[in-house]
Amino acid sequence: MIEVSNLSYAAGDTRILHDVSTRIEKGGITALIGPNGAGKSTLLHCLSGLETPSAGSVRIDGIDPLAVRPEERARVVALLQQSPVLVSRLSVRDLVSFGRWPHHQGRPKAEDRDMVERALTAFSLTDLAERTIATLSGGQRQRAFIAMTWAQDTPWMLLDEPLNALDPRHARDLMARLHGLSRDGARSIVIVLHDINAAAGWADHIVAMKDGRIVAQDTSHELLTEPTLREVFDTPFELLEHRGRKVVVAR
Amino acid sequence: MKAWLITLALLAALVVASLLIGVASMGDDPVWLMVVSRIPRTAAALLAGAGLALAGVVVQQVVQNRMVEPSFTGAPEASMLGLLAVMLLVPGMAVAGKMLVAAAAAMVGMLGYLALAARLPREDPMLLPIVGIVYGGVLGAVGVYIAWSADLMQSLGAWRLGEFSGVMIGRYEWLWAIAALAGLLYVIADRITILGLGETQARSLGLDYAQTRMLGLVVVSVITALVLVTVGAFPFVGLVAPNIVARWRGDNLRANLPLIAVGGGALLLAADVIGRIVRFPFEIPAATVIAVFGAAVFLWLLHAAPGRRHG
Amino acid sequence: MAERRVLFLGLGLLMICAGFLAWQIRAPYGFILELRAAKLGALVCVGAATGAATVLFQTVAGNRLLTPGLVGFDALFVLLQTLLVVALGGVGAAQIPGGLRFLMELVALAVCSAALFGLLLRRDARDITKMILTGVILGVLLRGLAEMVQRMMDPSEFAVVQQAIFASFGNVDNGQLAVSAMVLLASLAAALRMAPALDVAGLGRETARGLGLNHDRVVMMALLLMAAMVSVSTALVGPITFLGLLTASLARRLTNTHRHAVLLPAAALIGALILVAGQFVFERLMGAQSALAVIVEFFGGLLFLALVLQKKARR
Repeated sequence: MIEVSNLSYAAGDTRILHDVSTRIEKGGITALIGPNGAGKSTLLHCLSGLETPSAGSVRIDGIDPLAVRPEERARVVALLQQSPVLVSRLSVRDLVSFGRWPHHQGRPKAEDRDMVERALTAFSLTDLAERTIATLSGGQRQRAFIAMTWAQDTPWMLLDEPLNALDPRHARDLMARLHGLSRDGARSIVIVLHDINAAAGWADHIVAMKDGRIVAQDTSHELLTEPTLREVFDTPFELLEHRGRKVVVAR
Repeated sequence: MKAWLITLALLAALVVASLLIGVASMGDDPVWLMVVSRIPRTAAALLAGAGLALAGVVVQQVVQNRMVEPSFTGAPEASMLGLLAVMLLVPGMAVAGKMLVAAAAAMVGMLGYLALAARLPREDPMLLPIVGIVYGGVLGAVGVYIAWSADLMQSLGAWRLGEFSGVMIGRYEWLWAIAALAGLLYVIADRITILGLGETQARSLGLDYAQTRMLGLVVVSVITALVLVTVGAFPFVGLVAPNIVARWRGDNLRANLPLIAVGGGALLLAADVIGRIVRFPFEIPAATVIAVFGAAVFLWLLHAAPGRRHG
Repeated sequence: MAERRVLFLGLGLLMICAGFLAWQIRAPYGFILELRAAKLGALVCVGAATGAATVLFQTVAGNRLLTPGLVGFDALFVLLQTLLVVALGGVGAAQIPGGLRFLMELVALAVCSAALFGLLLRRDARDITKMILTGVILGVLLRGLAEMVQRMMDPSEFAVVQQAIFASFGNVDNGQLAVSAMVLLASLAAALRMAPALDVAGLGRETARGLGLNHDRVVMMALLLMAAMVSVSTALVGPITFLGLLTASLARRLTNTHRHAVLLPAAALIGALILVAGQFVFERLMGAQSALAVIVEFFGGLLFLALVLQKKARR
């Protein structure tokens, strides 16, 4: 469980998070949604322990990510940044292997190699394993980075807008994969999503943010109601039901 | 394996050529000539080249841009400023002290560059080398002004245009420190590769980013100072060697650092040998040869590089 | 308004020039005046040529950070000079009268630069930063090549030739100065004549062509004129990379216009003003001879960095 208490974050004079408190339960996919500038990404970075909040605290499974040593933290929580900037001739396998770095610090064991292969398989990268990052398409590259984060084998996996720059097919494919992989309950995924319907379709829980505060938090089904969405996004919505899933259309 | 065979064969040929070519005649006392002049000169070129290539790859990982190298970060120019200060303020300082000052100055220069670089838009990767070149030029202008006012232009000229004609036994041994630094880099090769993934990703993997980056920059500063004080500055070695190796073998430093080092050494030795041959018995400084060759390769890399704008 | 400022610039330049000539003058008046006049002529020519050439280049390239010096125009000139000496032999080159040799070099530079930089501008027009980087490295390459060729010449022969080729403000050949001044005036006049076309060309290739301008022809013409101006400044004193940047930026800021009919003369005047005033301060007031170029490089480089960073802030 992630527990956030009275978290505030300021960059210079701009306050980005205002006294945020919440609990994110283990298991499944939790989506962070909200308009641009709501503080979703900042909250995610604070959860990962990569940003130091100006006040308040974060506990991941009881651990303060800022208090423990970096490699210890990296065995509990993994973050994939938004559109990672990398023009690299690293091979896909090399990149994914770096996900094991917090576990072996440069001396990989058999189980590390095994995990890399499993991550490659899980994200259908086996055929691309020897290709270099620079030669991949946008969708393949995003998959390779997520596979690296996956190989980190942390109970918590935080993804910052992984659907950015993916076309609908690859976006659906990726969400379905993450959904499938998170069913066994061993991994909990917290994911910032721009597309409400991606959240509606695949997330178990949704946290809705606005102006640096959490406005609503519930299971996807309960949270996705017209009044809540209207309040979060300042625009009227229409909700449809399609095969038991909610579909959201901005009016 | 093939890459290694080719590189080593090339290296062997260059070493033989370097040992055999020179103005002094072998006739009188070949062993003495070898020990005093030819072997030191060959070793100096190899060590300096290897060091610059390694420094180049570290800088490229730190700024996440493969079009940058130490001489595009103001490091050599800052180092020269430090050396000028030593000559003016503490003229009798021992070589070790000079090295230390030069390395510290290089570090300050590079930190200044990184501060500038952090303010540049990420989506325009070509700005990094341009800004670095101009920044180095500004520092260089300060150096020229000081040197010119203090009548030290000759020293400055020797630093700015590296060459090996003055290398002999007893005058280059500092460069062996590069071998030790190369060993250190090999130990932390994975960390340096992870630096290249960017700060967020590196920290998410549990790397102490700031500390690793500092360590890398210290290594670059020390190498810059060692090479500058002993044989002078050489442009492009740190750019060309890592880029060619990366094109050939990819970016995993654990696997490629040795090849990059050997490649850099071979490159600079080749420049020195060519400089000795083309206008025999006169010599063209290796820095001039490498500037022409390096600039040509850079232009090729710039226009042949695929996918440089992704991400 | 802008025109009035150009007028003031002209008056300012005249006053500084008068001061430069008359400051603490002693007998023999005629001799000293002649020396100073030659130096003044060189300063004015170089400053004006660099300023106007940079405005032309920035218009053609569609970028206000570029200068001919930054992309190695002057290096190309030095390389051509050297190659000419190699082709004719040192003694042969030294025997050709200064003016004629200068004209030969000028034609060679105009042709080569139009070919080289025309290609560069065309190929990389979409990616400005890549073009700048290419230009900068091209400059390094050309400079290195020139140095290589010079070092491959017979050292004694080169020493003789170097005297003939490379001058400085302190050592100006009157014949060359006269030719330079004429070339400069002619190209300035030609550039002013095509000022309206340059205004349109400054809108960018697509827009300009949409407006019916033969953009490629204008670019070629501008490149040729610029080559002539760069030859003038490089032949007289050698490269000062960032003088053009300082000058063109000041000219744009001061006149606040895109009209070349105003910009070109303003840049020419400011370039001359910077050099004359700078030399006056350094040589007459501070007693330092040749530090001017270094100072210009220093402040020009700082300006470049400031402009790059400011560009980011505005986004």
